[in-house]
Amino acid sequence: MFDFTQAALAVERERDWLSPLRAQGKSVWQHYSLPTRKTENWKYTNLSFLQKQNYFARQISDAPLDPSLSALYQIPEFEVHRLVFVNGRYAEGLSSLSEDSALELSRFEDADDLQRKIIAGKLNTNIELKEFGFSALNTSQLSDGVFLRVKRNRKVDKPIQVVWLTTSESDNANVNSRLLMVLESGAEASLLEHYVSSSESHNVFTNAVTELFLGANAKLTHYRLHKEQESAVHIGAVFATLESAAHLNSFYLAFGSRLKRLDVHVEYEGEGAESHINGVYLPKNKQHVDIHSCIEHKVPHCRSNEVFRGIVADEARAVFNGRIHIHKDAQKTEAYLSNKNLLTSNKAEVDTKPELEIYADDVRCAHGATVAQLDPMSLHYLRTRGVSENEALVMLSFGFINELIAELKHEAISHYLRPAIAQLFSRDPALVRHLL
Amino acid sequence: MLSIKNLHVNVDEKTILKGLDLDVKAGEVHAIMGPNGSGKSTLGHVLSGRDGYDIIDGDIQFQGKDLLELETEERAREGLFLAFQYPVEIPGVSNMEFLKASVDAVREHRAQAPCDAVSFMKQARAACKEVNLNQDFLKRGVNEGFSGGEKKRNEIMQMMLLEPTLAILDETDSGLDIDALQIVADGVNSLRSAQRGFIVVTHYQRLLNYIEPDFVHVLANGKIVKSGDKSLALELEAKGYAWLEEEVA
Repeated sequence: MFDFTQAALAVERERDWLSPLRAQGKSVWQHYSLPTRKTENWKYTNLSFLQKQNYFARQISDAPLDPSLSALYQIPEFEVHRLVFVNGRYAEGLSSLSEDSALELSRFEDADDLQRKIIAGKLNTNIELKEFGFSALNTSQLSDGVFLRVKRNRKVDKPIQVVWLTTSESDNANVNSRLLMVLESGAEASLLEHYVSSSESHNVFTNAVTELFLGANAKLTHYRLHKEQESAVHIGAVFATLESAAHLNSFYLAFGSRLKRLDVHVEYEGEGAESHINGVYLPKNKQHVDIHSCIEHKVPHCRSNEVFRGIVADEARAVFNGRIHIHKDAQKTEAYLSNKNLLTSNKAEVDTKPELEIYADDVRCAHGATVAQLDPMSLHYLRTRGVSENEALVMLSFGFINELIAELKHEAISHYLRPAIAQLFSRDPALVRHLL
Repeated sequence: MLSIKNLHVNVDEKTILKGLDLDVKAGEVHAIMGPNGSGKSTLGHVLSGRDGYDIIDGDIQFQGKDLLELETEERAREGLFLAFQYPVEIPGVSNMEFLKASVDAVREHRAQAPCDAVSFMKQARAACKEVNLNQDFLKRGVNEGFSGGEKKRNEIMQMMLLEPTLAILDETDSGLDIDALQIVADGVNSLRSAQRGFIVVTHYQRLLNYIEPDFVHVLANGKIVKSGDKSLALELEAKGYAWLEEEVA
């Protein structure tokens, strides 16, 4: 009988400097049992389909690099350092990089000796692989990846956009991607991880792991945008480590697909650090989005603020689990978590659970999760101004998400996302014409 | 243009309006005064079509149409405007989107083409200036984080852009300082015309120094108990409402 775990282990790669890491991943993965409905962290997300599909048997052939693909990820009026990967392979022709002395950028494949040392020394150091089995799987499949290092007290002039694009060539295959970013103390940068697919529907299993290391006083604005096609399976994770007074500002956007699971893990290692972790998820049809976040407050005087909002339509399902863990020594922590959801159909479902675990006695925390209705008074107010009920409902639903979009640091990204989000709320252009 | 006959309204099975009659003709300004709890705000809500107000008896004609048969948005498109006592905050929906959506809806109803974005922007900026609101307000969420006075001025700005036939101002003066009161009154006065009617609902006579009414009505215990000209407002200011309530009782 076919076994997902074994199939992944059977993948052979040529020996290279990443072999010891792959072996580390394999050693954990081979003892990992695929989550079932009884696995607490995967309670609402069914992975049984993985046992029916061998994603590891196929080598992906090179896709023809059609320049028109750039329409999928280009953001108007947004100048970037751009790396594009197509089906996991670097596409130089679609990438555009310019010299910036504040930034060291290399792919794993091109890494020099020193970079290899840093990469090998950093990867997995903030991941509990036994707990995050799919990150162990990712490690066991390591080939290429992105290494970014922002130098001490320097600021990267343009945002860095890393595009992971899949095409129909990746049908029934696994795309494994990895990103490691190190911000040295006082460094500052913006990173956009952008997942897109060419319009065909293809059954691809993406496993994408990102590690962010923020040194003392470093500042990172981080976006992770998931705009993959309907049948995409994405199991990904972001692990961030914050040294003292580091500042992380993350925004996640997930349009739905067959399965999207994202683990967001933020760990505080130094005092006075701060993170803002915001996001929206918008599944429709029979899509499934599952976001699990965990904020580890290990040291005193840190702050975290997490806001996730979702609109769940049709027969879609969303899962949100937000854990805040305040360790015994993490006095004077301020931690806030809010998760609000709108269901726009009787068959839509959301399972939301905030989890607060506090072992320090002098902290300020608040959390809340709601499944909300649009405010009837707001609806009435719009209607008293002549706006039709249907248009008012679209405007209010959009507003519910737009509150977070409007706050983004880069206005170009807000402008880019708005039309795509507006479209979700109505197929009738008359109802969305005032949103743009 | 507006004719209310024998209006009885229940809220949560309690009768608030108990046989209210009111006629407003084009060009007239009617002030409705009365003690707290007399049903002043209820009248505005009923006219706007808010849920939760049960009309148990009576009839309202607006421009020859049965107002109670119209949906809230249809009333607005027909030219009825309610300036809220407590304007609603709607984060995430920008003031500009909101204003454009509402002006377009009203224009469409009048068989006018929608405004193009550029000329509408100009119009909106001019209206902002008239009510002394910073233009940044156009980009912010509807009433989001506005002070009480800013919210009221935003209501007046909407009224200017929508050019209603009948405007109902529900305690627009509450919470306003003298300067803001002047701005609000100037906005209303600039729209006074032979084609337009106003109902100014207020607790205090003060506003009527700025917006001079043609008629003053006293609403007490769910119906209009006394009507007169503007001198009635001054009499109320001097004597309070109690004598009228006693007279009626």
